[in-house]
Amino acid sequence: MKTPLERLYNGIIKENPTFVLMLGMCPTLAVTTAAVNGLGMGLSTMVVLALSNLMISLLRRIIPDSVRMPAYIVIVASFVTVVQLLMQAFVGSLYDTLGIYIPLIVVNCIILGRAESYASKNPPIASLFDGIGMGLGFTGALTILGALRELIGNGTVFGLRLIPADFTVPIFVLAPGAFFVLAALTALQNKLKAPSATNRKDKKSCTACGGCTACQGGEEDDR
Amino acid sequence: MNTLFWVLLSTALINNVVLSQFLGLCPFLGVSKQIKTAAGMGAAVICVITLSSALTWLLYSFVLVPLGLAYLQTIVFILVIAALVQLVEMVLKRYSEGLYRALGVYLPLITTNCAVLGAALTNVQNEYGFLTAVVSGFGTALGFTVAIVIMAGVRERIADNDVPQAFQGMPIVLVTAGLMSIAFFGFKSLL
Repeated sequence: MKTPLERLYNGIIKENPTFVLMLGMCPTLAVTTAAVNGLGMGLSTMVVLALSNLMISLLRRIIPDSVRMPAYIVIVASFVTVVQLLMQAFVGSLYDTLGIYIPLIVVNCIILGRAESYASKNPPIASLFDGIGMGLGFTGALTILGALRELIGNGTVFGLRLIPADFTVPIFVLAPGAFFVLAALTALQNKLKAPSATNRKDKKSCTACGGCTACQGGEEDDR
Repeated sequence: MNTLFWVLLSTALINNVVLSQFLGLCPFLGVSKQIKTAAGMGAAVICVITLSSALTWLLYSFVLVPLGLAYLQTIVFILVIAALVQLVEMVLKRYSEGLYRALGVYLPLITTNCAVLGAALTNVQNEYGFLTAVVSGFGTALGFTVAIVIMAGVRERIADNDVPQAFQGMPIVLVTAGLMSIAFFGFKSLL
């Protein structure tokens, strides 16, 4: 059950953070104006997620239960700062495009969610691969969203022109387009009865991230 | 005075934190089923963001910059916000039972609300002065409240309507958010 490959599969397909768990919506919608931005954001999140999972798993017997949340936040914030400084130094243009959303990786619920629900209970290697798998799933989802929005809104994918400039719908690279593309993808998922945070029955994994969309299901039933 | 008013207008409406910056989407989508709870969440957010804007600005300008530790801003800010949320919760619990009961459940959720950290970081990035930073923080939170209350109002109406099967739940909420976002584009012509 805990082989690295199983973890990767779980993160990319079975529990895809964007399409199945619906976590980390803010960067998902904000930076996916182009495929390459989605890819960049996904990869930076993956690095932070994998490293913080590894670190938290190594420290899981040392961190006292009562202060685990602040401890996790400090670990995650440290890795985010490292990634932020590295990006500033080596990929300046991407850093400028993603801007404030790089430091905001700290509050991405995927990271604290995985720390709480996986890394704090499992050995380091499995946790590392869990982080990589989740990160790849997130990267994939962001790249798909980015590619779709770039294609409809700008007529290009990764800068390659597929639709002539006269036939594009520019609103898709603006804010509303993000909501519409995600709505369409989620509706498609509902139609195909694919498992997702919005239509599955069990709602664990709700604990760590408080106000997140994952808890949507829980609130839905309260009425 | 005039500039402060524009800062307030621009952060609250023109660059609405939820609908154009995509910050604080989680509570915006998660806690917007009823107007009452949405307004409660909004009030708690106004409280925390205004306080945290002031506090992080002071810390950044008088502690981090003089010590040459500006690169630690992310870590320091998130810890300040987490501590502040705890503090606000304790103060409310001690001195205002009613307000605590109204806002209490939302307070723990605010630490992971990226609008709070986002507002603090924006203030620093744009090199605002103290007063501007506080007004901008307040405006951001006000914009969040306006958006979430409108959204809750729309969702209360949607609940009685015949939504296509596939669009029930999340998708229709996202479509609504998209339409609201288009409507908020209108405020751009205020400038």
